[in-house]
Amino acid sequence: MSGAPSLLLVLAVGVLYSCGFYLMLQRSLMRAVFGILLLGHAANVSLMLTDRAITLPPLLGGPEGVLSDPLPQAMALTAIVITFGVTTFLLALAYRVWLGDGNDEVPDDLEDRRIGRLQEPEDSA
Amino acid sequence: MNLLLAVPFLVPLLGAALTLPMRRAPRTQQVVSALTLAIVVAAAAALVRRTADGDVITSQAGGWPAPLGITIAVDPLSALLLLVSSVVLLVVLLYAIGQDIAGLSRAMPMVFHPIYLVLTAGVCLSFIAGDLFNLFVGFEIMLTASYALITQAPTRARVRASMIYTMVSLTSSILFLTGIALVYALTGTVNLADIAVKLGDAPPPLRMVLALLFLVVFGIKAAIVPMHFWLPDSYPVAITRISAIFAALLTKVAVYAIIRTQTLLFSRDDVSGVLLWMAIATMIVGILGALVQDDINRIMSFALVSHIGFMLFGLGVGTVAGLAGAIVYLVHHIVVQASLFLVNGLIRQFVGHTSLRAIRGLMAVSPVLALLFFLPAMSLAGLPPMSGFVAKAALFTAGADAGGWLLYTGIAAGVATSLLTLMAIFRIWVRGFWGEPLEDMIEARDQLRSQGMSGGRLLMTSSTAAMVAIGLALAAAAGPLTDFAFTAAEDLLGGGAYIESVLTGGES
Repeated sequence: MSGAPSLLLVLAVGVLYSCGFYLMLQRSLMRAVFGILLLGHAANVSLMLTDRAITLPPLLGGPEGVLSDPLPQAMALTAIVITFGVTTFLLALAYRVWLGDGNDEVPDDLEDRRIGRLQEPEDSA
Repeated sequence: MNLLLAVPFLVPLLGAALTLPMRRAPRTQQVVSALTLAIVVAAAAALVRRTADGDVITSQAGGWPAPLGITIAVDPLSALLLLVSSVVLLVVLLYAIGQDIAGLSRAMPMVFHPIYLVLTAGVCLSFIAGDLFNLFVGFEIMLTASYALITQAPTRARVRASMIYTMVSLTSSILFLTGIALVYALTGTVNLADIAVKLGDAPPPLRMVLALLFLVVFGIKAAIVPMHFWLPDSYPVAITRISAIFAALLTKVAVYAIIRTQTLLFSRDDVSGVLLWMAIATMIVGILGALVQDDINRIMSFALVSHIGFMLFGLGVGTVAGLAGAIVYLVHHIVVQASLFLVNGLIRQFVGHTSLRAIRGLMAVSPVLALLFFLPAMSLAGLPPMSGFVAKAALFTAGADAGGWLLYTGIAAGVATSLLTLMAIFRIWVRGFWGEPLEDMIEARDQLRSQGMSGGRLLMTSSTAAMVAIGLALAAAAGPLTDFAFTAAEDLLGGGAYIESVLTGGES
């Protein structure tokens, strides 16, 4: 069908997802925020990919009167607004963490470390 | 357009808009918030009455017919959860108001009230949404409000915790969006009833992938093992009113979404094996985590993770009786978790923290607190006269009736989890409530006695007591509750009523 999305877009979605998840697994909060950004893009592009006539204009229609589906575009728009807002909030949080601790690394979980060190129940001590 | 259906969603948003500019008039703000939630409770009660016979009420926003318009649909399950959630939201709000009147909280009321009402709107929209994208929007409204609420009275620990919480929730939201894209590509619609019909023609392996994707999406939000790590790190750190409402509602909304999608959309695909294994892992891993913690709030958070497993078990059984058990458990757990976290808040208010290492002899210092803790804790463990026993008995009977080795393993895991829950509660009881009270706790009591009982403190204690009393009332009303849950479960597994009502316009 004319106006179908190209293979390049499909590959781009895959790359975006893998890079996003890779960045999210980093200990630096900033990198994790960038990971979230990439994941958001990946989800939005995959929403666009659901349309088989993505390259045609919406509403007015293309050469043969075929037009692209406006619904995925509306959904992507909503999703963009949400991810934009939450990412801004995340950046503010990361800034607060940096202000408080002077770094933006994810710290070790102290409680888990304590439990890992438990040799015997504390009650018996 | 049936207005009653829109009330649980629109009225809280209106209330939020009204309370936002009221920073100079805290009393008016409190009254408006409480009134708003009272209206939602009334609307939810009316909806429960109207769906009691298994009817599904639908409404098409904007008047467009079903697959095109935005559908709002309330079946018995939605109505029941709307009622329980709005009651819990109202009681926790009263607790928060009491705390603000007593001047005991560092949360900013002018920020708290509007966001709390927005959270209410998000929770209600998730329950009544008739299409997948609206369900997503409902989740996002709820979660965005929760991101802001978890940072109330910010400390370093809270900012860290909210960072973890926001990251994890956002990741699952993005996966949710991907799921919606895949479903839309496959069926060309986002209307739940329409998807349910059109997925019938889809290739079974694709359907299976979608079923598992949605299980992961909602599993992250419901904190199902192995996707639970974020919950015990973020919930206990927030202030009491927030952790109470998060523990009671947010994970349960995700459980509702799992029940809705798995029964309506993916009823043809059998994921019950996966569900049962996840249920067993969730029960055991969660409660083992609870046993090694030292902080009452952290113990309760792990117990929360553990008991999500019971609801999954009910869904995994796959029969009407199993699903009805899961619904009763859902209701019981919402109320009990809210009571326990409110009591923990009272303990934190009294002693200054909730670490068992520095609490002794609470029973000698405050018998009321001990009683308020004891009743919901026994209900959580599932001791006979309480609602926890009713719910667990319903689940185990359903499992045993259906038969099969995996179900028997699940029942065994459930019984073990109940016993271990009892053990975790006895640890709290023996270390925190028995023994000689510490000196600073006696001082705290004497100081409190000399001040006398202020109105704010009285409201805090009485709203906690009200929550505990609702838990007891659930046990007393077990008969009607179980009947209603059976009606809801029959509707869900029959599937026909929901789809028919949405696609043909229903009787509204």
